Amino acid sequence: MSEDDPVAAFRVEAAELLDSVEAALLDLAGDSTNTGLVDEVFRGLHTLKGSGAMFGFEALARFTHHCETAFDRVRKGHAEASQALIGVVLSARDHMQALIDVGTQGDPMLEVAGEAILSALEKAVANSEGVAVLRPVQAERKGWHISFKLPPGAMVNGTNPLPLLDELRELGDCRITPRLDELPPLASLVPTECYIHWDIVIEGDVTCEDIEDVFIFVIDDMDLAITPLVEEPESDEPVEVLPVATVVSAPQPVAKAAAPVQESVRVAAERLDELMNRVGELVIAQSRLAQLAASVGPVNELTLRAVSEDIERLSAELRDTTMAMRMMPVGNLFGRFRRLVHDLARETGKTIELVTHGEATEVDKTVIERLADPMIHLIRNSCDHGLETADDRVAAGKPVTGRLTLSARQAGGEVLIAITDDGRGIDRERVRAKAEAQGLIQPGAVLGDGELFQMIFHPGFSTAAAITNLSGRGVGMDVVKRSIESLRGTIDIASTPGMGTTMTLHLPLTLAIIECMLVRVGEGRYAIPLSVVEECIELPAAEVTSTARRNFLDVRGELVPYLRLRDTFGTDYPADLFQKVVIVGQGRGRVGLVVDQIIGNTQTVIKSLSRFHAGQGSFSGATILGDGNVALILDVGNLIVAAQKNQRLLGERAGEVA
Amino acid sequence: MNIPERVLTFALDGEIFAIDAQAVREILEVPTITRVPGAPDFASGLINVRGAIVPLTDLAVAFGMARADHGEDTRVIVIEAEVEGEPTTIGLVADKVLDVAAMEGVAVEEAPPVGMRWRADFIRAIARPQGQFVILPDLELIFAESLATAARLHNLN
Repeated sequence: MSEDDPVAAFRVEAAELLDSVEAALLDLAGDSTNTGLVDEVFRGLHTLKGSGAMFGFEALARFTHHCETAFDRVRKGHAEASQALIGVVLSARDHMQALIDVGTQGDPMLEVAGEAILSALEKAVANSEGVAVLRPVQAERKGWHISFKLPPGAMVNGTNPLPLLDELRELGDCRITPRLDELPPLASLVPTECYIHWDIVIEGDVTCEDIEDVFIFVIDDMDLAITPLVEEPESDEPVEVLPVATVVSAPQPVAKAAAPVQESVRVAAERLDELMNRVGELVIAQSRLAQLAASVGPVNELTLRAVSEDIERLSAELRDTTMAMRMMPVGNLFGRFRRLVHDLARETGKTIELVTHGEATEVDKTVIERLADPMIHLIRNSCDHGLETADDRVAAGKPVTGRLTLSARQAGGEVLIAITDDGRGIDRERVRAKAEAQGLIQPGAVLGDGELFQMIFHPGFSTAAAITNLSGRGVGMDVVKRSIESLRGTIDIASTPGMGTTMTLHLPLTLAIIECMLVRVGEGRYAIPLSVVEECIELPAAEVTSTARRNFLDVRGELVPYLRLRDTFGTDYPADLFQKVVIVGQGRGRVGLVVDQIIGNTQTVIKSLSRFHAGQGSFSGATILGDGNVALILDVGNLIVAAQKNQRLLGERAGEVA
Repeated sequence: MNIPERVLTFALDGEIFAIDAQAVREILEVPTITRVPGAPDFASGLINVRGAIVPLTDLAVAFGMARADHGEDTRVIVIEAEVEGEPTTIGLVADKVLDVAAMEGVAVEEAPPVGMRWRADFIRAIARPQGQFVILPDLELIFAESLATAARLHNLN
């Protein structure tokens, strides 16, 4: 779908609206009398209905209309924002998403589902109506006080305040007072600016929405305050004046919820400016270079070097600026989990409080996108299995409400994201017993906590009823681990019995550029991410000629298995006399990779492999070297797994012969 | 049958192939090819096309023909093709690039189901300008099949 497809644009807009509605609903669940939130939900639904109808999403518009009406009742104080109502509207929000996903054609199955939600909505509204009287309502609302000021430059853009005033007059009995206090002296008056602002009192049967509709095309930038007219209090007692709706152009303090999930990247304007400046400088440097190239006679070496240095500096700056544009605050990701925790709390019948820290920490956009799934899994585990039920918590002397904390911070070249629960903690003895039963560790082996907990990530570690208390902790955790490793990250687990568990994800800041060690195997050059390289040694002469059926090295007393990459890659180019071993470590211990030559370290721009080679497990990507040739980047984790598999197959075959 | 208006013709193992000229981005002399160990023969290498890493494919493999050594006339045709619905840049090896020709007035027939050494569905049509046989391959299908094979191999491992 192209970018200027209006329906695609609507979908992006709708996704943002739905997210802000969801965030406001979740906030409302904790603070049901916050009128600002009610308004936010209402406005979101109202806009969605309007633009949905405009882009042909008829079913969506019809469905949303009912939810909007329900929230209009809440807004007017006829109904209460009960938990039941919020729950229904949350599921209605998901239904709206589904309606948007199926497109304008509609789907009869969805219609049926929609009907069910609407009848639940009706019930929820009916049940909450009785309470409504308790809410302070402006009785006898006779009209509104409006004050508005057009945004600067509005007249240049074709906005004329007079028709707006005419439209207001049509709504009801109007008293319009122009305010001239911002009128400048004649000499400095700019004829295209509107300096006048207006105070208007409008009486009659008018809704706030009617008034907002008048300003619909300019409402985003202008100052507009709409307050209901209240009778002068006759008693001495102060009457609380509740602004029903106040639309101000300033950033709304109400919208403290997470920023909407972004389909497209939003880039700070100053970062774009910076990029533009660098590109401008690069163009100049390039033209200097072109001039040098075109000049007749010998080129001045110094001038050439100066241009080269300029371009080097510029490309480094361009790299940094571009990378900065790929960064997104983690808050975007955390925001998505509020709904998850809310739903999990309902599912499990626990009360769970979600606390987040460090939302401003920035991570590469791709990392954020690919983190969502594993994190959902970890959060689910924490809520489901980590946190105890209310009774258990009380019995353990803990507060009834369980607490789930998501935090992010930057440490050196990594970002640490921690998922902490204050639940029962992981039962070491059970993990150990299970690991021993599965033959993963020797009975009685001495293991540190870190090592022991890593057992949880073993495929099929916790299956169903085997460990009742813990079951689920391990289900699919191997998948989580693998997706984190595919981001070149690791997971640490820390747990204190009775106090809770913390899972910490260590992730690289960015995926696009990494430090690599460039090696040669046969005639091919390959890059190994420096983050996994531990050391390089020479392949002992005895091993070079060895035909033994074992590939082990003794590195300072430690046994390290090794892989001959020449064999793995099936190269028939003559081997170097002195081969080197690059010892890499990633999660599953250390492995040596035998190469012909170590060329050196280099900064590498990672490019993904073409679709034809994407399934090629040995490589995680490719890069272009200084000489223009393509080099493959080794996927060390997969190489190790493949090697282990091969070894097992060989072993099995040997067994068959015997 | 959807026949392009203009085609680029090239030779491969003595046969003449033709692809939509619209899809062709550029024609290169053979650059350094980086072999991808373990990759399928059809797309065994990668090349650098102006900073982009592009897979190099060989229709000779898909059609089970002999693969000639790269010689003086060998060229890489860089095309833009839809692969699984996504626009992808791909290099095609050609023993020799021949001509850009208009297809107007050229007799075009569907590939006969028999009488060929090749998979009939890999051929979209056969054109017969001036008594010659020009093969119009179904690139999308060939690419899709190659990906499916690669996926199968990957799952076996």
